[in-house]
Amino acid sequence: MKITVDGLLVYFPYDYIYPEQYAYMLELKRGLDAKGHCLLEMPSGTGKTITLLSLIVAYMLENPLDVTKLIYCSRTVPEIEKVIEELKKLIDYYEKETESKPKIVGLVLSSRKNMCIHPEVSKEREGKIVDGRCHSLTASYIRERHNYDESTPICNFYEGFDMEGKEQLMPPGIYSIDDLKEYGRDRNWCPYFLARFTILHAQIIVYSYHYLLDPKIAETVSKELSKSSVVVFDEAHNIDNVCIDSMSVKINRRSLEKSSANIQLLEKTVAEMREDDVNKLKEEYERLVEGLKDAHVARETDIILANPVLPDEILQEVVPGNIRNAEHFVSFLKRFVEYLKTRLRVQHVVQESPAAFLRDVQTKVSIERKPLRFCAERLASLLRTMEITDLTDFSPIILVTHLATLVSTYTKGFTIIVEPFDDKTPNVLNPILHFVCLDSSIAMKPIFDRFQSVVITSGTLSPLDMYPKILNFHPVIMSSFTMTLARPCLLPMIVAKGNDQVAISSKYETREDVAVIRNYGQLLVEFAATVPDGLVCFFTSYLYMESVVAAWFNQPIGFYNDMMTLASHKDLVVYRLQLMLTYIHYDTFYSATKVTIVNAPDIMTLGKRGEYLDFLYDQGVVDQLQRHKLLFIETQDSAETSLALINYIRACENGRGAVLLSVARGKVSEGVDFDHHLGRAVLMFGIPYVYTQSRILKARLEYLRDQFQVVSLIRENDFLTFDAMRHAAQCVGRAIRGKTDYGIMVFADKRFSRIDKRSKLPKWIQEHLTDSLCNLSTEEAVQISKRWLRQMAQPFTRENQLGLSLLTREQLEKEEYSKIEQKAQQN
Amino acid sequence: MFAQMFSRTTECGSLSRSMVLFVPTVRLQPSLLRDASTDVCFCTWPCRPTGFCIVPRIIFIIFRRIILYITSIMTTSSEDVLMQVGQVRYKKGDGTLYVMNERIAWMLDNRDTVSVSHKYADIKCKNILQKISPEGKSKIQLQVVLHDGSSSIFHFVNRNGQEAQIKDRDDVKELLQQLLPKFKRKVNKELEEKNRMLQENPVLLQLYRDLVITQVISSEEFWSQHAAEYTQAKKSQRQEIGVNSAFLADIKPQTDGCNGLKYNLTVDIIECIFKTYPAVKRKHQENVPHKMSESDFWTKFFQSHYFHRDRINAGTKDLFTECAKIDDQELKKDIQSGIDDPLVDITSFEDQTLDENYGNGPTKSDKISGNIVHQSMIKRFNQHSIMVLKASTVKQSTQSIQPQLNGSTPSASKTATLSNQLDERPKIKKLRIQEKLIYDDLDATYDTNSNSSAPLNLNHVDRYLHGPVPGYSNTEPTSEELLITLNQLKKEASGWLTGNSIPRQLATSLVSPAAAVSALGELTPGGSLMKGFREESLGQLIPKDLEKELRNVYVCTCELLRHFWRSFPPTTPQLEEKAIRMHEALHRFHSAKLKPFEDRVQRDFSAVSQHLTSHLNQLLNTAYRKFAVWQQRKMQMR
Repeated sequence: MKITVDGLLVYFPYDYIYPEQYAYMLELKRGLDAKGHCLLEMPSGTGKTITLLSLIVAYMLENPLDVTKLIYCSRTVPEIEKVIEELKKLIDYYEKETESKPKIVGLVLSSRKNMCIHPEVSKEREGKIVDGRCHSLTASYIRERHNYDESTPICNFYEGFDMEGKEQLMPPGIYSIDDLKEYGRDRNWCPYFLARFTILHAQIIVYSYHYLLDPKIAETVSKELSKSSVVVFDEAHNIDNVCIDSMSVKINRRSLEKSSANIQLLEKTVAEMREDDVNKLKEEYERLVEGLKDAHVARETDIILANPVLPDEILQEVVPGNIRNAEHFVSFLKRFVEYLKTRLRVQHVVQESPAAFLRDVQTKVSIERKPLRFCAERLASLLRTMEITDLTDFSPIILVTHLATLVSTYTKGFTIIVEPFDDKTPNVLNPILHFVCLDSSIAMKPIFDRFQSVVITSGTLSPLDMYPKILNFHPVIMSSFTMTLARPCLLPMIVAKGNDQVAISSKYETREDVAVIRNYGQLLVEFAATVPDGLVCFFTSYLYMESVVAAWFNQPIGFYNDMMTLASHKDLVVYRLQLMLTYIHYDTFYSATKVTIVNAPDIMTLGKRGEYLDFLYDQGVVDQLQRHKLLFIETQDSAETSLALINYIRACENGRGAVLLSVARGKVSEGVDFDHHLGRAVLMFGIPYVYTQSRILKARLEYLRDQFQVVSLIRENDFLTFDAMRHAAQCVGRAIRGKTDYGIMVFADKRFSRIDKRSKLPKWIQEHLTDSLCNLSTEEAVQISKRWLRQMAQPFTRENQLGLSLLTREQLEKEEYSKIEQKAQQN
Repeated sequence: MFAQMFSRTTECGSLSRSMVLFVPTVRLQPSLLRDASTDVCFCTWPCRPTGFCIVPRIIFIIFRRIILYITSIMTTSSEDVLMQVGQVRYKKGDGTLYVMNERIAWMLDNRDTVSVSHKYADIKCKNILQKISPEGKSKIQLQVVLHDGSSSIFHFVNRNGQEAQIKDRDDVKELLQQLLPKFKRKVNKELEEKNRMLQENPVLLQLYRDLVITQVISSEEFWSQHAAEYTQAKKSQRQEIGVNSAFLADIKPQTDGCNGLKYNLTVDIIECIFKTYPAVKRKHQENVPHKMSESDFWTKFFQSHYFHRDRINAGTKDLFTECAKIDDQELKKDIQSGIDDPLVDITSFEDQTLDENYGNGPTKSDKISGNIVHQSMIKRFNQHSIMVLKASTVKQSTQSIQPQLNGSTPSASKTATLSNQLDERPKIKKLRIQEKLIYDDLDATYDTNSNSSAPLNLNHVDRYLHGPVPGYSNTEPTSEELLITLNQLKKEASGWLTGNSIPRQLATSLVSPAAAVSALGELTPGGSLMKGFREESLGQLIPKDLEKELRNVYVCTCELLRHFWRSFPPTTPQLEEKAIRMHEALHRFHSAKLKPFEDRVQRDFSAVSQHLTSHLNQLLNTAYRKFAVWQQRKMQMR
């Protein structure tokens, strides 16, 4: 339908619209008008992507001079593909309505691994190897060599693209990865380089965060994108971590040894070249003297990783004299690597600032700051001069030069931590030097400065005021939208205690407690018996999941402890729960004089012991679980997990039902949706705090404290809770992917009911989490779920939703904008 | 559900000291457990008249005792006489008994027509054993009972005394015993099928009773027309019963009290194990019974680490180590073949795979080292679930592969499918993504009301509708319980007003109290909504059994009417014929069933008689009228 949003005609490719989508458009339009940044939270499953796309595309068509480009960043490949499909749908709708195709080119850019069509290279599974092999076929010097030596292999697709591809622009249309590949195959052009070339003039680009946030990649890929672009970061709840990761480096012993080997190889090659072809080295030297930053005109194919520092920090100066000469530079590197080796020879943890590190380098091996800053550039130039075919072999030494450049460029917001061993294995010596970025705003700053509008959006951004602080920007629009619902399709509950009234919590002191583990098990079994189809559980960490599952396998549920005390009175009471479970210790049982089975309300005394042995046979949680559903568990191996996942889906689809045990912060919790029957309930076992003893985290917290002390914005605990709750919200949000969907969200930890935790959940979850649902026992939770599930299983038609959580065009026009906005907004 | 599938195990014998004892028992199907000879005889074949049309003239030689006469002296009929016993009395006449290929016949001496002839198919074979005269009786007799209830008694009167008579009788009996089961199988297959269908569908059974037994319609018609949907459903493939995921957990070991463990294995469980772990099945085929006994095999199975899931000590030489390895390879193959669903393939989620030394997260090389036992156990769980799932889907996949194999040369088809796959993959991927993107409530073309999913197909409808019936013993509530319930109800009701318990809409918000009271007033006798409603007490007036009977009458009437109306408009001769037939059937039903019912009601419950059947009569009269009109038109047409 066609709607008017604040005077702008928007084509929306559906016949109905959610009120919150309309409100979202209004806010977004205001943000674009103001040419400022926006921070918008809207629950998952309310069609955020299509809302964003339809408004921005309409805006671009209306104001072609103000907004020239849309850069849409998402996190995972499936997400990216979804965005492009939605975009296709929108453009098709435009075509249908206006009977002319809008002149828009939209495309995906992905890594070579996903886009390569070279028959051999594309068979490689690892991205790094594909990059390396591609480089060895397309680098400028390889192609030059091919000119006089036919036997040097080159890539025909790249040659094809190089010959014809740049002469004409791609016709308007939306190109997904597969479309690009097909387009490339038809014309014999390399889709990857075609995409890289096309993004410069395309109106809409969809790619992953890294292409914009990671300076190493952004420099080569996204350098020339115009300023009048709108940048959208979707699923941006973890954007700070991406920023930090893109600027951090760590070095262990093995990588240092490998870089030593690299240096030896370099030395050898330089020496050979000195004998064979002095001119090349001389030429490079001359150029460096002349002040050219780079000895070659860098071709697009020559660079794999650019300078790791942000563009505005790169020195526009001549390379200092002492590393211009190739031999000098190699020995310079050698010295630096040796120095790093000494730094790894530590017995205790060292933490120091980059400044102190630089001072130390200066005194120990007399390397100054300035040449260090040029390290990455200089090595890149040298590798090009030496015409190295496979750069993947040199990744360790590249890593070291990146460290050198980073450490000498940034003195603030970074720290260096050297750990001699891993905390979990204090006996195994495995020294690692971390160069850690503490400030996520560093990587974000150039983006905010460069582009006129940056939209940060996700289903879970609460509390909203946290993001402007940690990313250090000033949004013009900051809004959170609810999910207008015609029926309460989500049921959040906090289960604080088991049936035995023992509080359940994953906090450090009690997490290994038998009672807690048992109660978690019981909760799971009861929900598995109640909830149809799929049930997903999240644990706080992989290690915790492992130990709990092991305990579940071995330890039966039942009141072992109670029985032990009672057994000492020689009058054994065995509780029979609903589940026909019960633990019995045979020795105790035989020494008991009388057995009483407590069966909920009535008590019956049983006479003979032997008869009930079978019945009282101990049952592990896992066995009980398998009686109701199939059990799948996420493992550390992602291929194995994928297989488990696909079987999980199969089991849900054929009606058998399945349980998936997974880990918060894991890949499943971040990237896989459990919509409809794939996730009727999500159980969150404990609060997914980050490992708080980690020094990197401590350093970051300390930095945040120091940094914002003046304004006293972020308190340490606040930040930790915020981080834990956003992950918890991510996990439970996996179950709801639309208004016709429904799911139970169980927060199984006593601590969730505290106000500081609850208040950090997204508003759309908080809304349904009434006080009466905040301190439940397992039994109560199951009862509530049963009733709720029955209610949800009733037919749900569009008529139920219309006017309430779904609007037709007429309804939209009739109602006041302000009213709709009010309905959808809650801050 | 699955747990119910397992029949209870029975113990036989106990080897107290043995580590493992396995007791296989045969699973009995519930349908077979029921006695086949229930009170109703579902005789679906027309009861054949006795008597031959063509009688073979047989020259026979009488031996003194047994005459086993295998001969080819056949004239007109193609039947062989397998045995011939002289001096058999039937209904006070002496004659000869012939046991032939397909029938048993008796012929009076010095006559050439057979007076008694029973097809084996008609004979109830079950009872042949019981229907011989008991030992020690003076008369040596053999009774043949037919399915239609009639029977013939043959009296053996060999002049050589009782011993010879018994001998004669036993010979005949034995031969019959050999012959009868063959025919039973042939005929009863159909019968049994029908029988079972009736057992499983009480509604159908009632219909059968009311329509066929009262001879309103013939049994053939019943099966072809009225029970068609049931027979159709049977023909469509039966659903495969999957493997219970907890089948290993269900084999609870029991202590025998002396440090031993006893596992009860049923055939079902063994089947489950075989289905889920094909490698074990192969091992079983290889080893049992040549190398070890059945129970030894299972003893080893349970002892092995294979069963105990933490297979880290795979190095130990064990019968099942190899199985574990095969399973592992299978899993690895699955992983390597890749995951075709882009939405769950975690390995390709990340777009830019940087060197693992960038960033803060834990890298692959320094993976969080956990307990290796736990890890392998977790792996086992996944594997078990995957294999269970495979076991229940394996049937379909083999079927789908079959036609490909039968195609042209294997290499050609293989390359074709490979290239097909390459083409298909992006399409499938795209479809999968698009499927995830649909907001069905936003799109008008997608009707949320329409239900495209597969309809629920229930084997036992009544079970679904009624649920498990609790034992009758404890349904009677005690006064104490009633009191408790009352209190709870009160509490609950008070909660409605305050609305504090569970989030739900306040009862008060639905209807205002005043409106509710007035509505109640209108609905009580004397209220405006109750005018002209006199039958309010009808429900209380008629007793339960009458109500049930009425319902049955209704069901039958509706069934007949349904078929009657379906034949309108009678455009084809078949339909015309059907209309006439159904009209007759309706009349028959009217007189055979409805009339007696009405009379009875009139007699016993005169107060309600009119109202009770008025609607039924109305329905029938409408049909009659329709038929009459049609007939009239037809006459005019001519």
